[in-house]
Amino acid sequence: MLNSLRHDKRARQSLLLALPVLIVLAWTVAWPNVSVIRGSFEQGLGYWREFANSPSDREALFTSIWISILSVIGSVLIGLPLALLLGRVDFPGRRTLAAVATLPAALPPLVGVVAFLFLYGESGFVTRIVQRIIGAEDPPWTFNGISAIVFVHAYTMYVYVYLFVMAGLERLDTSLEEAAAGLGLSRWGRLRKVTLPLLTPALAGSMLLVFMSSLGSFSAPYVFGGGLRVLSTQIVTSKLNGNMGVAYVETTVLAVSAVMALLVLRYFERRRNYVAVGKGTRARTVLTSTAVRRLAPILASIVVLILVLPHLTVLLVALAKEGTWTDQLFPPVYTLDNFRRLAEDPQLWTPVRNSVLMAIIATAANVVVCFLAAYLVVMRKFPGRRLLELLLAMPWAIPATAIAIGLASTFNRNDITSGRVLLIGTFWILPLAYFIRGVPLVASAVESSLRQLDASLEDAARGLGASWLRIMWRIILPAVRPGLAAGALLAAVTAVGEFVASVVLYTNANRPISIEILAQIRALSMGTAAAYSVLLIVLVLIITAFARTLELRSAESGGVVSSN
Amino acid sequence: MSDTPRLALEKLALRYNTGGGVDDVSLNVAPGELLALVGASGSGKTTTLRLVAGYENPDSGRLLLDGRSIEKLPAEKRGFGMVFQHYALFPHLSVVQNVAFGLEARGVKKAERLKQAEAALSGVGLADKAGRPVQALSGGEQQRVALARALVISPPVLLLDEPLSNLDPNLRRSTRDELRAMLRRQGVTALFVTHDQEDAFAVADRVAFLSGGRLQQVGTPESLYDAPASKAVAHFIGNAALMPATFDGTHATLTRANRSVVVPAIAAPGVTTSALAVLRPEAMRISSVANAQNIDGWNARVLSRRFLGGASAYHVNLADGFELEVLSDDRSFGEGDAVVVSVERTPVALVAD
Repeated sequence: MLNSLRHDKRARQSLLLALPVLIVLAWTVAWPNVSVIRGSFEQGLGYWREFANSPSDREALFTSIWISILSVIGSVLIGLPLALLLGRVDFPGRRTLAAVATLPAALPPLVGVVAFLFLYGESGFVTRIVQRIIGAEDPPWTFNGISAIVFVHAYTMYVYVYLFVMAGLERLDTSLEEAAAGLGLSRWGRLRKVTLPLLTPALAGSMLLVFMSSLGSFSAPYVFGGGLRVLSTQIVTSKLNGNMGVAYVETTVLAVSAVMALLVLRYFERRRNYVAVGKGTRARTVLTSTAVRRLAPILASIVVLILVLPHLTVLLVALAKEGTWTDQLFPPVYTLDNFRRLAEDPQLWTPVRNSVLMAIIATAANVVVCFLAAYLVVMRKFPGRRLLELLLAMPWAIPATAIAIGLASTFNRNDITSGRVLLIGTFWILPLAYFIRGVPLVASAVESSLRQLDASLEDAARGLGASWLRIMWRIILPAVRPGLAAGALLAAVTAVGEFVASVVLYTNANRPISIEILAQIRALSMGTAAAYSVLLIVLVLIITAFARTLELRSAESGGVVSSN
Repeated sequence: MSDTPRLALEKLALRYNTGGGVDDVSLNVAPGELLALVGASGSGKTTTLRLVAGYENPDSGRLLLDGRSIEKLPAEKRGFGMVFQHYALFPHLSVVQNVAFGLEARGVKKAERLKQAEAALSGVGLADKAGRPVQALSGGEQQRVALARALVISPPVLLLDEPLSNLDPNLRRSTRDELRAMLRRQGVTALFVTHDQEDAFAVADRVAFLSGGRLQQVGTPESLYDAPASKAVAHFIGNAALMPATFDGTHATLTRANRSVVVPAIAAPGVTTSALAVLRPEAMRISSVANAQNIDGWNARVLSRRFLGGASAYHVNLADGFELEVLSDDRSFGEGDAVVVSVERTPVALVAD
């Protein structure tokens, strides 16, 4: 490699291009983690000993793991049957159900939690209905603690299981099941002996993903935890108490567990390919029994209702006149006041402006850095390509709380020699955090677009005499535009509703929407909080719908858009 | 016209860390010549082409274009048009925009480059497809767009990487005749890579055979077929059984199952007293045992017969188990028949074992 660098102009150019990208990503993505790990050893093993001996930390670790295990079980119990039902059985109402099945994942993290508060909290919508039905004095349950957290996790994270199993079913030839039927296996036997074993890798992958997400989850434990300690909230508590050393240890433990889970997940993903079985048919069983045909649409509507209930409730609360909806089933007075206030009160409008502005800044940086990085990873060979790939994927594995603590430990003072610039307490710390979280989203979208291209395109353009800049501008960029746009929109969606890193890093200068929602809930201004949430949901839905049409268009034209 | 070759490769070498690459490749291409690089996959033929194009840099050796050294020039400065195996058409550009791309990079004004691009498209019979997106074209049409795109910049040497391998067999046969006619008509100098000897024979004036990263033989298709320089060439070019033989300087003695047949032979470089005789199916003769009194041949048995229309190909094995193929217009033999096989056409080529 080095030998070829000496007389290979192109290899030198690759390295020259890669160097700034590597430096930016190493500095923003990897360096904060290094400084967290270094911070945890500042007193030798002192902080680690403190962590190991602290009963509350031990409790937090075990609670985190316990919640994650329960969340995995809950997600599988919802996601697996749903996927098998929608993937293999045709019944009236299937299309509607399939359309909303992934809806819970589209909730911005804090909004989801807020919706559950409105739905199942002490004075929640569902709580009140049940209370009325059984005629009890007090709410039939208190929505907090482990059960509440696991409930929220399962409700939102089953989507991973559902999507993975659906994808697995998509690859699975139904003629295998038909063959098993021909050999005399019953419907249940076929499921147990043929379908499920073949789906195991997909299922295992999704379970790990749920485990990883639950381990890093912050919003649900933060809002519903009560006195409960989990690792992610414990980190923030340690930081607030000024016990940074222990916060670094906790962050290291959390990040390392998540990265390990990711490595196992990668292993399963590689194995999953072996399951792909030829080109076969993927037929759905049509239910013929009349009883089932009558029952199916009713059951489907109930599930659909449960799935859209969080969104509807947020909308309902946003439309209720503040303070009038006390113990009635539905709001007595409807109004648009909550939305009007957002638009008219500059104090309330600032967070919206902040979030949108910061999302635009972060996404713009993502587009430039990730486009170049993905181009280098896919189209070029240079020493450090593997490192670049790793840097691009890393923020995906590391929980947002850990990212935030890393930033807090790195950008807390001006000291260029150790790679530190003072950003904490300024506007720029949040765009930086959003940028980091957006890196894997944009990079992977551009990478997959680039991989669809003929590898010789660039050589062809060079052979025709085009300079590198002309090739980038006239060939590569237009060819990956749909992927780049879809990735950028996804990053923007994540940034505009971001809560977990924001709650650690925000200041008065950059207060985002999510923090304002939390403040409004604390101040019991539920209408305003709900109005913000509706705004976020609408923003997210618009952006994802836009991204999906772009993806479809790019898929239809084989990864390209027509330029004329 | 001087004797300076259009393109000269002098001791080009490139070794990959992973193995593979090329070693000591020297080759001249005369102006207007069509030269095919032939070899199995991994033989180094594509590496050679990429070295010429400038997509790879040689570890050592020189590359001369009309006598000027170009091995230091990057691909975009060499101006060789290249036709890629999968055509590498720019997917977001229309047919005519694809063809005009090289002119655009050369700063040709828009009106002029569209005119030239359309002329190039007419040259390949695609004038009516100029405005279409490239995806809307068939494989054969895409191949011709790639050709027009490479030719429109008037390259000193046109490079083609397996230009016919993505076409279905029928289209392939007609396309290669058209390709040769067109390149001849336009006086193009071309270097093209193929793993298919039929393509090479049909299009090229001369064929360069590579194996294991080394150039084994360069010559007309006839010379490679009739006088292969090595075992590798004899194996790859045409169909042949290689039979051990002894050589006395003019004749080869072929001994199978205690029966020796002596035939006139010509030897490749490096052949000593023991060698391999290259027995082509059409140089052999098959006769019934009854008619074989005067024939100096081996007893054999017919294993199978393939009827080819004009002739029949017999797969036979000699008494000691040695198998070979014989092409004959005699259809009368069947599976299991006892026959006599002899060498009909001489001299027989000998290669070193």
